[in-house]
Amino acid sequence: MNINTTKVISLLFFIFSAFYLYTAYQIQVFAFDENAPFNARTFPIYLGYAGLFFSGLKLILPDPNTIKVQHKTLEYKKTLILIIIAIIYGATILKVGYFFTTSLFLFSSYYFLGERRWVLMFLLSFPFVAAFMYLLHGVLDIYLRDPFLQSIGVMG
Amino acid sequence: MIEGILIGLTTALTLQNILMVMLGCFFGTIIGMLPGLGPMTAIALMIPITYGFDPATGLILMAGVYYGAVFGGSTSSILLNAPGVPGTVATSFDGYPMAQQGKAGKALAIAAWSSFAGGTLSAIYLLFMAPSLSKVSLSFRSPDYFALMILGLTAIAAFSSKGQFLKAMMMVVLGLMLASVGQDSLSDITRFTFNNMNLTDGISFVLVVMATFAMSEALTIILKRNDPTSAAKQVSLTELGSIKINKEERTKMYKTIPRSSVIGFLIGVLPGAGATIASFLAYGMERNIVNDEEKEKFGKGSVNGLSAPETANNAACSGSFVPMLTLGIPGSGTTAVMLGALLGFGVQPGPRLYMTNPEIFWSIIMSMYIGMVILLILNLPLIPYIARILAVPKNYLIPLILFFSITGIYVMSFNNFDIYLMIGIAVVATFMRLYDFPMPPLILAFVLGGLMEENLRRSLLLSNGSWEFLWDRTLTACILLTTILIVVWHIYKTMFKKTKG
Repeated sequence: MNINTTKVISLLFFIFSAFYLYTAYQIQVFAFDENAPFNARTFPIYLGYAGLFFSGLKLILPDPNTIKVQHKTLEYKKTLILIIIAIIYGATILKVGYFFTTSLFLFSSYYFLGERRWVLMFLLSFPFVAAFMYLLHGVLDIYLRDPFLQSIGVMG
Repeated sequence: MIEGILIGLTTALTLQNILMVMLGCFFGTIIGMLPGLGPMTAIALMIPITYGFDPATGLILMAGVYYGAVFGGSTSSILLNAPGVPGTVATSFDGYPMAQQGKAGKALAIAAWSSFAGGTLSAIYLLFMAPSLSKVSLSFRSPDYFALMILGLTAIAAFSSKGQFLKAMMMVVLGLMLASVGQDSLSDITRFTFNNMNLTDGISFVLVVMATFAMSEALTIILKRNDPTSAAKQVSLTELGSIKINKEERTKMYKTIPRSSVIGFLIGVLPGAGATIASFLAYGMERNIVNDEEKEKFGKGSVNGLSAPETANNAACSGSFVPMLTLGIPGSGTTAVMLGALLGFGVQPGPRLYMTNPEIFWSIIMSMYIGMVILLILNLPLIPYIARILAVPKNYLIPLILFFSITGIYVMSFNNFDIYLMIGIAVVATFMRLYDFPMPPLILAFVLGGLMEENLRRSLLLSNGSWEFLWDRTLTACILLTTILIVVWHIYKTMFKKTKG
């Protein structure tokens, strides 16, 4: 049996809207605001119903423009690796600092995407990030916390 | 008025002020190109520098930065599909596909000329209509704004793509839902934060736009790497193409520019509306006006589709100065920053500004035009060099897009939660893009969410909870009627085509 993925997404959106609506009803408002014509939960409640309405319609009505995605041709592995690298980058940036994590993020991304020109990979990671960091930190005066550079005495 | 223009010209054409416009345009373009650093950041960075100048010179520098940043934003929209500036999101709809077809140079040239024309025309409108337009903008009430936003959202959903109205409406609702996260603007009650402090201030616009456009675009390119059709596209990405605009394209632009500049300017004049709504509305209107053959090209690299939002966003930039200078009400976030700078100079904006400080009022208007000319002179010759970004191999370009996106978010909050949130939204957006769920309606809804709730709140409170405000005022009723007509026309056309098929 062929499952129409657009319908599955619509069903997920329907469930999400129902959850959103339930959460909207749970928003605590001030006692004096409870019966006001408009309070903090009014707009979200309308949105919840709108979500149920449109996703419900999409579920019920026939879908003449069925989208067929060729999953076999999609490069899931590399995409997943890149997402994991980005998550690791997010997890380490505050502890290690901007310069080292960003440079490593770029270097490893080039590597996993199949690049093997080591000199170019290096130039477009460590010196590139250093120059960009100088632009942000030195020229535009945007503070960038970097414990690693501070520990080796490069940054004050 | 002639006297005012002469005062403005005398002030704007001093060597120091011309230099300021040039510097402003140049740095604005560079900063605007960096995703995450929009005109608001660029102008905010200029405030400490301008305190040493006289008010007219300071504002001239900031106006130059503003235009430069908007043009820079268009460049990253066209080349990388990473609109760092909300006003240039609509530019990427046709600008990026055009770049993908190997016409990056042409897309940038169309954007440069449209920006120039839009800015020039709106500077002329501003010159003649600034005093009277402030009265018009004051006549708009909350119900009219609410209706205008419904119209904007419906129009973008209806015109997003063939047979996708329901999908687009789902994305509109999702955008509004994302905008509702965080503190309620009036009562400060937190909503949908699930006790997470990082969500108290809501989700940043730059985060959503980076996740749904730049990051998901990068992920989609990797995902479809082995897809023969997208591989062909990637080869053409390295071709710059000519920057010359042929006669047929010029003819299209001649028709698009005047109407888009009018809509852009008028929307820009409305306090709180600004370049984003103007560019989306101009795009929607243009798609509605053109013939069926041209309509098919929208979203695939249409000249009209690129020229309309580019003209409108620049026209709206000039328009947004009207409420700021004449009423003291900023027309956009950027002019709000400029208003703060103006107050810092000890200048009180308002209806009496062009009587008490005519040199400031008129020199800003005159320097807008000078800024446009300088921007064109500066950017057109640089297009071949700017477009070289596309020649960077995908193995390098994709990590660099991810790097600019993540850095754009990180420098705003210095918080890794935002990075995780961005990755999460990007993954969902990538998956939805595979199944043709359009992203532009989500972005517009996200931008308008707060304003829409605010205007609905005011309208309902003023009418004591009654929905009669929707038809009480003629203006509101007319805007809503237009919305209904768009929906009916869309349904009729879809059904008629199906029957015909």
